[in-house]
Amino acid sequence: MKTLIGTNVSILTSDIISRNMEKIKIENLSLVFGKNRSKAIDLLKKGQGKSEILEKTGCTVAVRDANLTINEGEIFVIMGLSGSGKSTLLRCLNRLINPTIGKIFINKDDITNMSDKELLEIRRKELAMVFQHFGLLPHRTVLSNVAFGLELQGISKEERETRAMETIELVDLKGYENQKVSELSGGMQQRVGLARGLANNPEVLLMDEAFSALDPLIRSQMQDELLLLQEKMQKTIVFITHDLDEAIKLGDRIAIMKDGEIVQVGTSEEIITNPANDYVTSFVENVDRSKVVTAGSIMFTKPTIARLKKDGPAVVVRKMREKGLSSLPVVRTNRTFLGFINIEDAVNLKKKEIKSIEEAIKPEAMTVTAEATVEDILPLLSKTTRSIPVVNEENHLLGTVSQTSVIAEMTGKDKDEISDIIQKAYDL
Amino acid sequence: MIIGDTIEQGINWLTDNFSGLFDGINESMTSMIGLIESFWVWLPFYITIALFAGLAFWKAGIKNGILTLLGLVFIYLMGFWEETMQTFSLVLGSTIIALATGIPLGIWSAKNKTANSIIRPILDFMQTMPAFVYLIPAVLFFGLGTVPGTFATIIFAMPPVVRLTSLGIAQVPEDIVEATKAFGATPMQLLRKVELPLAMPTILTGVNQTIMMSLSMVVIASMIGAKGLGEIVLQGISQLRIGLGFESGLAVVLLAMILDRITQNLGKKSKKK
Ligand SMILES: Nc1ncnc2c1ncn2[C@@H]1O[C@H](COP(=O)(O)OP(=O)(O)O)[C@@H](O)[C@H]1O
Ligand SMILES: [Mg+2]
Repeated sequence: MKTLIGTNVSILTSDIISRNMEKIKIENLSLVFGKNRSKAIDLLKKGQGKSEILEKTGCTVAVRDANLTINEGEIFVIMGLSGSGKSTLLRCLNRLINPTIGKIFINKDDITNMSDKELLEIRRKELAMVFQHFGLLPHRTVLSNVAFGLELQGISKEERETRAMETIELVDLKGYENQKVSELSGGMQQRVGLARGLANNPEVLLMDEAFSALDPLIRSQMQDELLLLQEKMQKTIVFITHDLDEAIKLGDRIAIMKDGEIVQVGTSEEIITNPANDYVTSFVENVDRSKVVTAGSIMFTKPTIARLKKDGPAVVVRKMREKGLSSLPVVRTNRTFLGFINIEDAVNLKKKEIKSIEEAIKPEAMTVTAEATVEDILPLLSKTTRSIPVVNEENHLLGTVSQTSVIAEMTGKDKDEISDIIQKAYDL
Repeated sequence: MIIGDTIEQGINWLTDNFSGLFDGINESMTSMIGLIESFWVWLPFYITIALFAGLAFWKAGIKNGILTLLGLVFIYLMGFWEETMQTFSLVLGSTIIALATGIPLGIWSAKNKTANSIIRPILDFMQTMPAFVYLIPAVLFFGLGTVPGTFATIIFAMPPVVRLTSLGIAQVPEDIVEATKAFGATPMQLLRKVELPLAMPTILTGVNQTIMMSLSMVVIASMIGAKGLGEIVLQGISQLRIGLGFESGLAVVLLAMILDRITQNLGKKSKKK
């Protein structure tokens, strides 16, 4: 049933993989806090749980055998409840915390083996970080905060301030450059934090709950801006959050952590429609599915269609009568979507004994792509009684979505079952 | 008496084996204090008064500017100018040495747990020990005069700046330190660009306390031959000349107030009201 979307998605994924190189690779990474680490690691290898290890050794297992691959140019979200080890895992990437065992590769260089000097270099040039509580220098101005990373590299005042000003403009802070950061609101301070991160022109941006301390409205605004910026910059972003809605909005892919373990990795839709275990299920239960579920996954993949060359008016009318439909999408033989044909027009053609349905086609502007979410589709559905065609980039018809498909998705009932119910209601 | 005996033996051992070192310290401190003292005694009183009053006015506002002006004029009129400058030089010299050792010690104890666990009890000890006790080893090491006075003063006045430097650095928010490291700061850059500037108000409180304590000690140090206002206070006491004792005591209080007001406001932006 899902063949059409199936092939479509697999083309997309392979496309991404061929374009996006592997940027960060985490292999068998574990991190234990406490004195008796080697014993804790032994127990951990034997598969003992976090609380058992804490009881026996007094050590906290913050990250447990993590394996991840993060691709160049993606926003990768790590999500989990407080204490699940997200911040610790993130801090291993720039070695603010040293992993107990395991390896981390950035651009194929092993971070865990780097000397202090190499580490400074990579922190200065390749990895920037944005913090929940901003971590700005309160005694300095916006400009000198933004230029701080460049200052640490020993770049001249003139050059670093020119470069910092460019970034300040990028994050809409122009006019504030000479203010003390302590005089700014939280949202503005985080813009400074973001600008400071971007001023070094790093390849990787590490963001630890960067928007969690902001008011909901400002927060949503910052999320939008990050997405806009990302469109221009194409950085590799590792974003930490405990908020599923934020994860869904920002993440190209999401990893879910629990008690130091990564329990599932996937796109938001994969995670919501196919949670790996009960923990993830309970996590995603309350999510607003309309923001996540896409047209591709709820469409009728074999809608009744009128084929321009093969189906004459008589056939078309019969098809519509059979299914109780008042219109049909029309396609060329290669499935290019052309528009709709109404039953009245088809009946007229038939009466006039015209053989082709071509002149009765109503070109329909309203189409959606397979990636459109239910939230995007709903307003369109409310404007029409017809179903909405789902097309790909070449305008080939992949399927159709209708009110029925949305109801099916939201209620969890079978599409045919709902079609039946609706059919019966019409029949009455 | 076992502890007392041990300490005595230890001190004796130090004086026997390190007499060269103590002589060296003695000489260099004598010349340093001598230099500072001869400068302030040489400088005409009206220039000194103008300098101090100007600094107080600039940093601590008009009220403190006037207080400084009147206070110093009053000291001059009482006839204690030279002694006051000697005392001030001793305070300045011992403060400089106390800060030069105390601030690095404070930084070290903020950065290093072991250092902290050694330094902390020593500081507690130094602060609770009656100030007079420091006079004894000072005399044993350096004999009588200005240098043992300075030495005892340094020991007595150093703890606050060590403590408050350590506290100020420990209080720098963890996320700022983390951010600084994340952008590739070396430990030295972290200290110079972030920790010291952020800890500065606290460190300056320590500096202020160190100055105040060294001033109070300087008077005591006169008992072992340090020059200055303390000498006159002692004269007043030993000769039961209440007037002299009171006047010289007043000069000490005025000097303390002036130094306090100026150093309290050193870290703040200049306020001209
Ligand atoms: N410096 C530390 N020393 C000891 N335990 C720590 C330290 N930092 C974090 N932890 C523990 O490690 C676990 C993971 O913490 P953290 O990575 O901060 O989680 P999150 O960011 O997901 O809230 C928690 O159990 C926490 O208590
Ligand atoms: Mg965290």
